[in-house]
Amino acid sequence: MPRPSDAVILTDVVNYETIIGLEVHAQLLTKSKMFCSCSADYADAPPNTYVCPICLGMPGVLPTINQKAIEYTVMTALALNCTVSEYAKFDRKNYPYPDLMKGYQISQYDAPIGQHGWLALDTNGTKKRIGITRVHLEEDVAKLTHRVTTEGETHSLVDVNRAGVPLMEIVSEPDISSPEEARQYLIKLRAILQYLGVSTGNMEEGSFRCDANISIRPSGSTDYLPKVEVKNMNSFKAVYRALDYEAERQSQELEKGKRLIQETRGWVEEKGITVSQRSKEYAHDYRYFPEPDLPPLVFDKTWVEEVRSQLPELPEVRRDRFISQYGLPAYDANLLVDSKAMANYFEDCVKLMTDSSSEANLHKRSKTVSNWLLGDFSRMLNATNTKIEETKVTPKQLVEMLNLMDEGTLSGPAAKAAFEDMFLSGKAASDIIAEKGLSQISDSSEIEKVVTQVIAGNSQAVSDFEVGKQQALTFLIGQVMRATKGRANPGLAKEVLLDKLGGKQNA
Amino acid sequence: MDELHRLTISQAHQLLKEGKISSVELTKASLRRLAEVEDKVHACVTINEDAALEQAEEADKAISGGKIEPLTGIPALIKDIMCTKGMRTTCSSKMLENFTPPYDATVIDKLKARKTVILGKTNMDEFAMGSSTENSAFFPTENPWDLDRVPGGSSGGSAVAVATDEAVYTLGSDTGGSIRQPAGFCNVVGLKPTYGRVSRFGLVAFASSLDQIGPITKDVTDCALVMRTIAGHDQRDSTSIPYPVPDYTKALIPDLKDLRLGIPQEYFDGIQEEVKANLQTAIKRLEELGAEIDWEVSLPHTKYALAAYYILAPSEASANLARYDGVKYGFSYQHADNMWEAMEKTKQFGFGAEVKRRIMLGTYALSAGYYDAYYLKAQKVRTLIRQEFDQAFEKYDALVTPTSPTAAFKLGEKVDDPLQMYLSDVCTLPVNIAGIPAISIPAGFANGLPTGMQVIGKPFGEETVLHIAFAYEQATDWHKRKPPI
Repeated sequence: MPRPSDAVILTDVVNYETIIGLEVHAQLLTKSKMFCSCSADYADAPPNTYVCPICLGMPGVLPTINQKAIEYTVMTALALNCTVSEYAKFDRKNYPYPDLMKGYQISQYDAPIGQHGWLALDTNGTKKRIGITRVHLEEDVAKLTHRVTTEGETHSLVDVNRAGVPLMEIVSEPDISSPEEARQYLIKLRAILQYLGVSTGNMEEGSFRCDANISIRPSGSTDYLPKVEVKNMNSFKAVYRALDYEAERQSQELEKGKRLIQETRGWVEEKGITVSQRSKEYAHDYRYFPEPDLPPLVFDKTWVEEVRSQLPELPEVRRDRFISQYGLPAYDANLLVDSKAMANYFEDCVKLMTDSSSEANLHKRSKTVSNWLLGDFSRMLNATNTKIEETKVTPKQLVEMLNLMDEGTLSGPAAKAAFEDMFLSGKAASDIIAEKGLSQISDSSEIEKVVTQVIAGNSQAVSDFEVGKQQALTFLIGQVMRATKGRANPGLAKEVLLDKLGGKQNA
Repeated sequence: MDELHRLTISQAHQLLKEGKISSVELTKASLRRLAEVEDKVHACVTINEDAALEQAEEADKAISGGKIEPLTGIPALIKDIMCTKGMRTTCSSKMLENFTPPYDATVIDKLKARKTVILGKTNMDEFAMGSSTENSAFFPTENPWDLDRVPGGSSGGSAVAVATDEAVYTLGSDTGGSIRQPAGFCNVVGLKPTYGRVSRFGLVAFASSLDQIGPITKDVTDCALVMRTIAGHDQRDSTSIPYPVPDYTKALIPDLKDLRLGIPQEYFDGIQEEVKANLQTAIKRLEELGAEIDWEVSLPHTKYALAAYYILAPSEASANLARYDGVKYGFSYQHADNMWEAMEKTKQFGFGAEVKRRIMLGTYALSAGYYDAYYLKAQKVRTLIRQEFDQAFEKYDALVTPTSPTAAFKLGEKVDDPLQMYLSDVCTLPVNIAGIPAISIPAGFANGLPTGMQVIGKPFGEETVLHIAFAYEQATDWHKRKPPI
């Protein structure tokens, strides 16, 4: 019997397509846990301090449903264009592990809260819908830490603080066809959760987790080859790298004439590889059955529509609004709305602009703000590993700086320097200008002095200019800017230079 | 007053209220009785004399301050499956032998709020799995009517404690007959309420969709009094139902005029002749009291109830008992080389044979490839049985059946034959499957052993069930017979 891989290696050059489906777990931002009244905000708490008999799974205790978590999940399902059916239920997912207090996890199996949705991707003008299989609610598990003592004894420590925190699972259809698309999907999904205010979406802190299913097949084929589940990816970048690695690994296996097997592989960040964790033969049988301690969830249609009508503006709508209202290019709008905080910052700045009387002005100023946010601002955020929510620069300060540029007080290059200072110190632009003497020189007599010196010191460039080499003028303007530490008004510098050089030409 | 322990709740309450006796006297009488008979019947797992006397003093203070309710100052024993704060709760299992919960079950909260006196905890089949109390990991309990016989189970200790007057009343739990069958075997009154009527919070789970807590008492009036206290909606139990709690004593009327009772024939198949005869006599008495009897009722799905039950209950149990892994509390195997071995050996040595049998049954029934054939089919049978009862209740106010197919059997008689043991609950478990209420009351004797009558009501039909039981009790004196101990 021919195996799919046999058919594959017969051809000389095979192009493969990648098939990816993502499973995202997002902790919900509820005050209390999913089934008890313990605080869900355990981030900085010492181990096992946010616990009670219920989340500890002690004998005889019973779960009660956190209604806010249900509401958040319904909101997410609706935002992802899912159908929220009138009936959903919780099920027990059975597996023995010490991170599971009851020996089973309360989850949802065949009647999840949301189903059959989609999320729209718009990458470089290419629009694509990624199907959402389901959105369901479950409880998070305890955190295990494995330690080896100095005597070489191994210990597994259990911290139950995380156990019972509401965890929403969002499963995509296998509609994602590249690691980059996977990254885009995660960025969009995280943005939606942030806009809804239901999750922080922080992957590094573990409140937003992603597992991936990936398989490849020869382009044009409709067969499915065995898929690999990839785990242990702790950042969007890790997801991208792991999937990129995995697609390549699978194609190389096929090229070598090997068969792919269905298995779970873990991403090893330091080595940049995936390693096999377990094959399908060892897959769990979770023995799902309806949770008898909780009544089914019955959703009133009117209530669902009420939730839908109260959904906040979502990233896609905001992006379209940014394009139409502020005249931003789609590229800018897309990047800005990917982070709710960034988009809010942008709008706060635009609102503070003094000169937005005409639409043309508004568009021009908006683009300036966008340039700064996506340029120097983002660069500084990344370089200092700061979230925009934590930045010292207030929108008012940034706008003040932009106004100083507009008035001619601050040149472009000086503004860059001033902004860096502002970002690090949180000082106002006007103070920095005063402290460092960064204000623009627009006094022609002062510039004339500098120009005279520059002409005197760069005779070669002057002769080049005289024989018609225009680059020489640019060079000379640069020298004037350099001599004034960027403070010279570049237009005025050019004017004075031309005037002086012209005079020389005439002589 | 040497015989204070023989009082019923209503009698003791009257005397307490009139100041003729104190709760301390009552409690001491119960403790004396305990000391006298416990060596013979082994009904209790834990006795806490000091705490009980303190509670009695508290109760006396409250009473002298004019604060008295029917259960105030009354000594009670609790099946050791309900969590009691500060008092160990073992489920008669090695697994929880030294487990002391830091919380009270809701029913215990309610009893404590009324200042009832909790003497201790009663023996049971391990995790309520069994029909004879022989599956206790500690010791079997004997039937006071014949010490060579079982008291029934799983609430055997609670039934015996009432029958022997160790306590004025007890609480039991009933998943497939665990209150009613031992009540029948011991000549006391036991009620399994409607599913959702009494909070399960703090009741260690066996089969969550079937378990209910209920009273075991000396007469029907006491049963009504205890129900009034323990019933009601509980926010901590999402399956408890916000349905108002009536004053059940108002339903206690001595005649049965205008009531239609159905006698389902299927409940008489394979029943011991003496039990059948006793029941027929009892039903005639109900007719004399004014009830209209239909002897020809048929509930054809009854015969599938046992099979469905032994899929559903073990399935739920297999998940409910997964938490006992030795990591957090309870028995923990200490000599393992690794985590998995420790978890496995904890279960291997912590659970008894019947518990392991049911975990395996349930795990199998829920396994991939078997779920549809077993669990799902059993759920469908459950629906059919429910519908069948619903239809019957369109015609009848209640159904009357034997409580068990036989009177109490011999200790050891069925321990090696689980199927025979399971059949002991054949008359009671359809009621759990349907989630409806049923009472067992004393209804005669067969060869010196008591036999019970079961009255089954519609959902939240506890008043009707108590009414019928009360009228019958008034017309007979079976409940007044005491075991020769």
